[in-house]
Amino acid sequence: MKLVGKAHRFGDDINTDLIISGKYKFKTLDMEELSKHLLEDLDPDFFKKIKKGDFIVAGKNFGCGSSREQAPLVIKYAHISAVLASSFARIFYRNAINVGLPLVECDTSKIDEGDNLVVDLEGGKVIDQTKQEEIDITPLPSFMIEILSAGGLVGYIKENRGWRI
Amino acid sequence: MGQTIVEKILSGHSGRKVHAGDIALCDIDFAFAQDGTAPLVIKAFYEMGGDDVFDSNKIAFVIDHSSPSPNEGVSALHKMMRDFAHEKGIQLFDIGSGVCHQVIPESGRIRPGDLIIGADSHTCTYGALNAMATGVGSTELAAVLYTGKLWFRVPSSCKIILEGNLPKATSAKDVILFLIGKIGADGANYQSIEFTGSLLRNLDMAGRFTIANMVVEAGAKCGFFFCDEITREWLTRYVDGEICSVTPDPDANYERVIEYDLSSLMPQVALPHEVDKVLPVGDVAGLKIDQAFIGTCTNGRLEDLRIAASILKGKKIDKKIRLIVAPASKRVLLSAIEEGILQDLIEAGGCLVTPGCGCCVGTHNGVPADGERVLSTANRNFKGRMGNKNSEIYLASPATVAWSALKGKISDPREFFE
Ligand code: SF4
Repeated sequence: MKLVGKAHRFGDDINTDLIISGKYKFKTLDMEELSKHLLEDLDPDFFKKIKKGDFIVAGKNFGCGSSREQAPLVIKYAHISAVLASSFARIFYRNAINVGLPLVECDTSKIDEGDNLVVDLEGGKVIDQTKQEEIDITPLPSFMIEILSAGGLVGYIKENRGWRI
Repeated sequence: MGQTIVEKILSGHSGRKVHAGDIALCDIDFAFAQDGTAPLVIKAFYEMGGDDVFDSNKIAFVIDHSSPSPNEGVSALHKMMRDFAHEKGIQLFDIGSGVCHQVIPESGRIRPGDLIIGADSHTCTYGALNAMATGVGSTELAAVLYTGKLWFRVPSSCKIILEGNLPKATSAKDVILFLIGKIGADGANYQSIEFTGSLLRNLDMAGRFTIANMVVEAGAKCGFFFCDEITREWLTRYVDGEICSVTPDPDANYERVIEYDLSSLMPQVALPHEVDKVLPVGDVAGLKIDQAFIGTCTNGRLEDLRIAASILKGKKIDKKIRLIVAPASKRVLLSAIEEGILQDLIEAGGCLVTPGCGCCVGTHNGVPADGERVLSTANRNFKGRMGNKNSEIYLASPATVAWSALKGKISDPREFFE
């Protein structure tokens, strides 16, 4: 699975309240609607800037805060194809895999806003075409790749009628 | 090789001996969701092919985040929860019951050594009862309702040794704010924390819940207190039968050991917009506040209201500010009425709201205006957390919040105790 798009750069400790504010998430299950508010407290026009397939690139501890699954879901519904960060908060990490949003743990320090990236999940690397650089990524355990390939945990449980670990 | 508490509990629930780094598929003792997460749980449950839940006695729903419902959107989601709970025969704690993390331990659902999963990040609170408890997202909770099982990557452990006696005017909230300030918002990422040390011998269950509640603010998966006489005494009020306990082996492996003597701890405050931006209260004293909030799963317990009332009794809060009080549960509310605590708080100018999350998460009950500053006993001060990104949230102990409410500005509660 090769993903291609532009980098949208964010900093450290991007929490779930910033990703999607609680004031929206309790009101509706309509993810299309919620996704318009993705990261709006940091950049009010962010949703409009996204082209299908683009990446969110952040520093450490991305997704810290609440267990709201709406956080990875709105990212997915905003047509972001993966989040790259130097580390992820634990619950967010699980939630993202479970809703079928690929996460890439790697050194993101050299990636800048607007860089063209190719993410090669199986090959275990990110290519920054703008900088002509290759970055190694921490591989996912195989059953997580199975969950991602099933489109998330719902598809995985449905296919296997339970767990297969 | 010896095992830590988390390694023992996950071994016991997966049927094989596991250590940090292993993946374990475990049987779950109890699972729950609240009204911010349950609607997605229900949706995912049906989408994955769910019909009956694995065991209706081991599941509960709690309506606490927007409770009673502030608008028709939320009402529809609450109805969805009530219908599902009724149909599947699972327990529903409806409006007015209180915050999930207070209601569930009070309902006798948590025992030492249990493995608890909640669709709420502060599920780690029950580690105060020597149980492994951690928060997950809605889809995972749906998978648990369906299969009764969940996978875990066994976390490494961090031992935090707390020594000394807490000075007057400081409390468990100051301890955990201080610790998070020291180790950082990701200082224990993916880890299990074991708390030990002489300081805990005198710490009541309310204080232990406060500390365990906030381990997730340092990134931890779970946190544990040992089961001692204080734990047993508390538990016997809510559960029947024998109470076991889980202790680590003497040769258990810790990734990190941290030790603090807190005999001269000062009251602490977390500054906007990060929980780990922590300073002694003296460094921010004098900052004017607009709203004070006493409540939440961190500090809405009887002990918290009691200390606030002892400070506010017979006095009036500053005219320019408002004080919101949200008891953590119906039981807490009733006891606070009985003890006269509530009367003291309301006469001092406090505004009482329904037991539940109150204004903690910005859904209702006290959203601050642009440019306003809130001093709160909650666990999170993220930008926009209370529903307005143009406001500021400072976090502190119930004593600091109550004393500051009197003064109209952030103030050092030691002034009261002297
Ligand atoms: S009181 Fe606040 S932190 Fe606790 S469960 Fe409710 S919203 Fe979450």
